[in-house]
Amino acid sequence: MTQYTWIKNGLVIDPANDREAVGDIFIKEGLIVESLSDSEKAEATQFDAKGYVVAPGLVDIHVHFREPGQTYKEDIASGSRAAAAGGYTSVVCMPNTSPVCDNAGTLERINNSIEKEAVIHVYTTGCLTLGMKGEALAPTGQLKQAGIVAVTDDGLCIQNNEIMRRAVEYATLHKLPIMDHCQDGSLTENAVMHEGEVSLKLGLKGWPRAAEDIIVARNIILSELTGARIHMQHVSSYHSVELLRIAKAKGINVTGEASPHHIEFTDACIGDYNTLFKMNPPLRTEKDRLALIEGLKDGTLDCIATDHAPHSPTEKDCEFDKAPFGIIGLENALASTLETLYHSKELSLKEVVALMTHKGAEICDLPAGTLSVGASGDVCIFDPDQKWTVDAEAFKSKSRNCPWNGRTLRGQVKATFVGGKEVFRLR
Amino acid sequence: MVKYSITWTYSQIMSRVLTWEKQNLISIEPLSLTEINTIFSLARYYKEGIESGQLKFDALEGRTVINLFLEPSTRTRLAFEIACKRLSADCISVSGGASSLSKGESLKDTAHNIVALGADVIIMRHSSSGSADYLSKTVDTPIINAGDGSHAHPTQALLDAFTLTERLGDVKNKKVTILGDILFSRVARSNIHCLLKLGAKVTLAGPNTLVPKEFEAMGVTVSHNLKDALEDADAIMLLRIQHERQTSTHFPSIGEYTTSFGLNERRAHWIKPNAIIMHPGPINRGVEIDSKLADSSNSVILEQVKNGVFVRMAILHLCHAAHTQTQISLPK
Repeated sequence: MTQYTWIKNGLVIDPANDREAVGDIFIKEGLIVESLSDSEKAEATQFDAKGYVVAPGLVDIHVHFREPGQTYKEDIASGSRAAAAGGYTSVVCMPNTSPVCDNAGTLERINNSIEKEAVIHVYTTGCLTLGMKGEALAPTGQLKQAGIVAVTDDGLCIQNNEIMRRAVEYATLHKLPIMDHCQDGSLTENAVMHEGEVSLKLGLKGWPRAAEDIIVARNIILSELTGARIHMQHVSSYHSVELLRIAKAKGINVTGEASPHHIEFTDACIGDYNTLFKMNPPLRTEKDRLALIEGLKDGTLDCIATDHAPHSPTEKDCEFDKAPFGIIGLENALASTLETLYHSKELSLKEVVALMTHKGAEICDLPAGTLSVGASGDVCIFDPDQKWTVDAEAFKSKSRNCPWNGRTLRGQVKATFVGGKEVFRLR
Repeated sequence: MVKYSITWTYSQIMSRVLTWEKQNLISIEPLSLTEINTIFSLARYYKEGIESGQLKFDALEGRTVINLFLEPSTRTRLAFEIACKRLSADCISVSGGASSLSKGESLKDTAHNIVALGADVIIMRHSSSGSADYLSKTVDTPIINAGDGSHAHPTQALLDAFTLTERLGDVKNKKVTILGDILFSRVARSNIHCLLKLGAKVTLAGPNTLVPKEFEAMGVTVSHNLKDALEDADAIMLLRIQHERQTSTHFPSIGEYTTSFGLNERRAHWIKPNAIIMHPGPINRGVEIDSKLADSSNSVILEQVKNGVFVRMAILHLCHAAHTQTQISLPK
């Protein structure tokens, strides 16, 4: 039996098609259609979205679902449900699993899980180098054939410039974007937070912006040299924003993302060594935070990505310098981003939706992020003004390492549809 | 936390009632000036008592104090052990290599085990900044920080300030220069907070790689010119160059440090004739301080060590009493 879905009376915001008007969305056999016939409407599953925003399903090009190898933190089943609860319908997983995804066999294992367990579209990436060691190229072509959408050594930035140059050059042969976690390791040895007044006060080893800036500059130069599409993950430094701005003005093929935590928090949030504010790159200063927002406003930074990085409560419950880097954010990213960008009047609702949908999708060439006729019927329905209090204990994610826990935010996801099928409904 | 009072009888401080609410001493920041003076008063009481021949006090009689020293220490550990014994506590020291932490046990589990064994106070030294604060949130037993990473060493700062006030009287507006490896020093950080609370003017001196300008946000002056830093100082606190914490990138060599920043007799002419020279130890003679200066009449290095026992007795007594919420009258 054909499946029909009719989402009625919502404020449809579809930035890719410059659409922002009250209307209906129709989905037939998983795809967005112009309209349904009266008989199809009669059969359709209906959702009354009156008073809500109806947006394309959100897209996050930077998540860690920990499968295989660290499924006590997260797996594809729990991660994809967490994503659905946050309004996300397409996510891109990083390859730093255990083992890392540097060969088609491991990728097939991941693909099998996605096939069986995922409730949303889960895309994969492959390592740039074997074992993410930064020494020898991974079989990018085979990985591409097996379905990856980008290559990255996320978490372990390639330090050797010759290897990086060849890796990005080779990825372009396979028309894949390169996503890079920009970090010069020689400047960050044993460092656990941003270097500045707060690190000095806490007596914690800090790392300077320069660790990121140097690699962002290198990547810009290598992109110009090779023509490779290099995407800078979770940009955290104001200087890196400036570098990207210059590069883009010159027409160099680079992009950048900002994460919800970097545009909301600063290093001062660490307070009394709160490990929920320990992530990599680290939270920086107000100057950086404002520069990131400015970068999102003028297009220097292309999209919002969460860097959803689950860790078990035990792993985060320890001395600050021993805790792993990373926080989770999928289930509250829309709300916190709306607070930081929309309710603070930095950007319009449509602009925020663009940053969280088609802008990220375009970086990885994902068939996602729009409500165009013929697109997958992926929809996020939310109330931008509804207040709710983040309760990490109630998360679908297996992990609880969420710095927003206990905060009251505006912007609540009411329902999420993937291919016209409801995958999340707020109860 | 319920307020409670300590009353004691002693010739000079007869009938004085002091209030103390804190069962933990993690860092200097949360202490008020009044609280610092309370510690000093009690330390003075113990000092006078011991110097007049009373070697034992019963403040912690029957109590068990665990000295959890996960980093090497001689002075601090001994001073705490002696302080415990003077207060009649049973003091047991555990060192890093001999603890289950070396077998992969978490600090949290180690702490819970120590509490289960019946510890009344835990004194901890640990290489991680923030570990003492973490421990205090993990267990309800009084925690005394004996040094956490590069963050804090509050008992050292208090004994330093106690020694300073003995020598200089009120330290308000006195110039105190801290010279050496500030970046990695928990002693420096705690001293900065303590001295500023007491109204002193603090100057930090040393090479820029070990004394970054950002320290000025704490309310101190940073100087990379040794003459400027030493001139007019009422007290100089020297710090050891901590090889074990630095990477080799922060300074070329010990020899270079001595040449540029070591306190020698020539440079000692820059300081006031009656200025005092302090060092938390362990000192490296001929490196940060000339051997003669370390033994000169300006030096109070051994007085610091002595006072370390009295100040720690006061802190142990206060924190334990705050936890048990008991009113204590000290015997004559």
